[in-house]
Amino acid sequence: MINALERLGRSVLDTTGRFGRGHLFLFRTLLRFFGIFKRPSLLVQQLFSSGVLTLSIILVSGLFVGMVLGLQGYNNLVGFGAEESLGVVVSLALVRELAPVLTGLLFAGRAGSAMTAEIGLMKATEQLAGLEMMAVDPYERVFLPRLLAGIIALPCLAAMFAAVGILGGHLVGVELLGVDSGAYWSQMQASVNFTNDVVSGLIKAVVFGVVVSWIAIFEGTDCVPTSEGVSRATTRTVVSSALAILALDFVLTAVMF
Amino acid sequence: MSRFAEIMVGLFMVLFLAAMFILAMKVSNLNNFGGNDGFEVTASFENIGGLKVRSLVSAGGVKVGRVSAISYDSETFKANVTLNIEKEYAGFPIDTSASIYTAGLLGEQYIGLEPGAEEEFLEDGGEITLTQSAVVLERLISQVLFNRSGD
Amino acid sequence: MFGVNSKSGATARAKAAKQQPVVPVLPDGEDALIKIRNLHFSRGRKAIFNGLSFDIPKGRVTTIMGPSGTGKTTLLKMIGAQLAPTKGSIEVDGQNVHRLRRKALFELRTRMGMLFQSGALLTDLTVFDNVAFPLREHTELPESLIRHLVLLRLHAVGLRGARDLMPSELSGGMARRVALARALILDPMMIMYDEPFTGQDPISMGVLLDLLRTVNETLAVTSIIVSHDLQESLSISDYVVIISDGVVVEAGSPDQLRSSDSPWVQQFLRGDPDGPVPFQYPGPTYQEDLFGESTHD
Repeated sequence: MINALERLGRSVLDTTGRFGRGHLFLFRTLLRFFGIFKRPSLLVQQLFSSGVLTLSIILVSGLFVGMVLGLQGYNNLVGFGAEESLGVVVSLALVRELAPVLTGLLFAGRAGSAMTAEIGLMKATEQLAGLEMMAVDPYERVFLPRLLAGIIALPCLAAMFAAVGILGGHLVGVELLGVDSGAYWSQMQASVNFTNDVVSGLIKAVVFGVVVSWIAIFEGTDCVPTSEGVSRATTRTVVSSALAILALDFVLTAVMF
Repeated sequence: MSRFAEIMVGLFMVLFLAAMFILAMKVSNLNNFGGNDGFEVTASFENIGGLKVRSLVSAGGVKVGRVSAISYDSETFKANVTLNIEKEYAGFPIDTSASIYTAGLLGEQYIGLEPGAEEEFLEDGGEITLTQSAVVLERLISQVLFNRSGD
Repeated sequence: MFGVNSKSGATARAKAAKQQPVVPVLPDGEDALIKIRNLHFSRGRKAIFNGLSFDIPKGRVTTIMGPSGTGKTTLLKMIGAQLAPTKGSIEVDGQNVHRLRRKALFELRTRMGMLFQSGALLTDLTVFDNVAFPLREHTELPESLIRHLVLLRLHAVGLRGARDLMPSELSGGMARRVALARALILDPMMIMYDEPFTGQDPISMGVLLDLLRTVNETLAVTSIIVSHDLQESLSISDYVVIISDGVVVEAGSPDQLRSSDSPWVQQFLRGDPDGPVPFQYPGPTYQEDLFGESTHD
């Protein structure tokens, strides 16, 4: 009984401690924000590994999600004779919710886990300590470019996801099922608002970008420096990012729409 | 490697811009918004039904503007609606009437303008005095029922 | 609350006996580059350092020895100010490393080299870029000069031909040599070696020993080696410090140590399984464990 209580207390303290360390970590990284202008090539390198390498999975998923939306939307709308509204259904669903959330989840799985593993291995192989001893600040050199790359890449990917998804919906709805192309686009244009829908969706994606890359990098630095520790940290990154994205999505939706 | 990464990141950004272009121009029709560049006139209605800010304002079936604000006047007990009409459509006579219609049976509500015959034109800040409220379906149904029972 | 709890009587006794930290005197005519004074540090409930004090002579090879788990690597990290002690101070070249501001500390670190056990090479850079890394980070030298300097260092460790390999293609000994070239590239005043001899075959061990000695002699670099490889360490050291239970047990030249009458040092040098350092981890007696407490009379 006492043991169970002790364990509970300890795990609460551990979690709170990690939470605090995580925020300190983010704060320390952001303090060095201007360091990025010293070496912009590091940012480009990270944009490549977190943005470009995630691109294919985002485009393919976006296309399929759009196609599914087109099919489902058509099947439901046609019952009311409202299949002309297909464009509205597809575009609003994508722009407001599916693009930022699914991109965030896919990004966490593809780029976030890779970041955690990379930094965890750098820790395990003493590369981070080595950088410090070479008088190179790992926050500025390693963490900051990755954090910024995540923050930039995720909204870009989300925008592409939405665009490809809408084209996918067009492909199924218009080319395959025969919805009028003009109606598809004009109804969409009439009801999608740039600032309220598109920009809000992108703001969500920016927030997810901060959260996912923050979690990923922090878990990497905070892992137990063994191969088991790194693999656990990678799992934790994906799980906590996914939960954080879904919870934050609710909060942001409640605030913005 | 670094050169390759740079090129790929450049391409990535081009794709992003293309996506933004699609979202802005094809999906949300940003070009039709071009700021609130038109002029504003007000109209008060007994009942606006489901009219909303950004609802369509049309004349002869052509979109000429959007609703930019809706408020309730507690002195006249009417709803004040501000219409933003695009500059190129300036020149509505002052006896133009505004009615609230529904697009289709269950569709969105919009404001239809019917030009009058006066020589003077509505200006920025002017008021449309001839208005016709929205048709509220419930009221229509109850009227029909009432008339029936009266027979 | 972190201190020594009543269970580990041995540590408590050791602490009582060494209440007043005594700083071992350096051999005549030696200047201290690093002064470690009354260092305290604990990890969880286990005390790692318990008032550790000693000097490291300038321009010499100093070996810090002790059984596993005595915090030798921790000590190196403290000298590099990657870890802060709970009490006590470390002065490097007259500066207390834990009181320095970040900028001054980074300045000092450019004059310190450290060779990690794994080499700690950056895995995404080639051997050449790894060695060039500190130069590119800290200097504005033209690329042609960087090339000269890097090749010079790589030649010195015998790996000029391996400059285009990636770290994953190197053997452990080669990785350490590349790391040594990298540690030397900024002409530091001192180099810290963390267990440089573990896991080396006899040939690369010989290469490393030779390199270590050459580096110390030709570049007048203060070398600090943390190791428990006894013979190798004694053979190249000028000064040896033996640490146990968080304090200095013995310090002096290798010869002085060999003739020491401390039973502890003798056990360490001969590698006896039992002695002042007990074979058994502290705990209840075997009888108690076997028969439970009922037989305890």
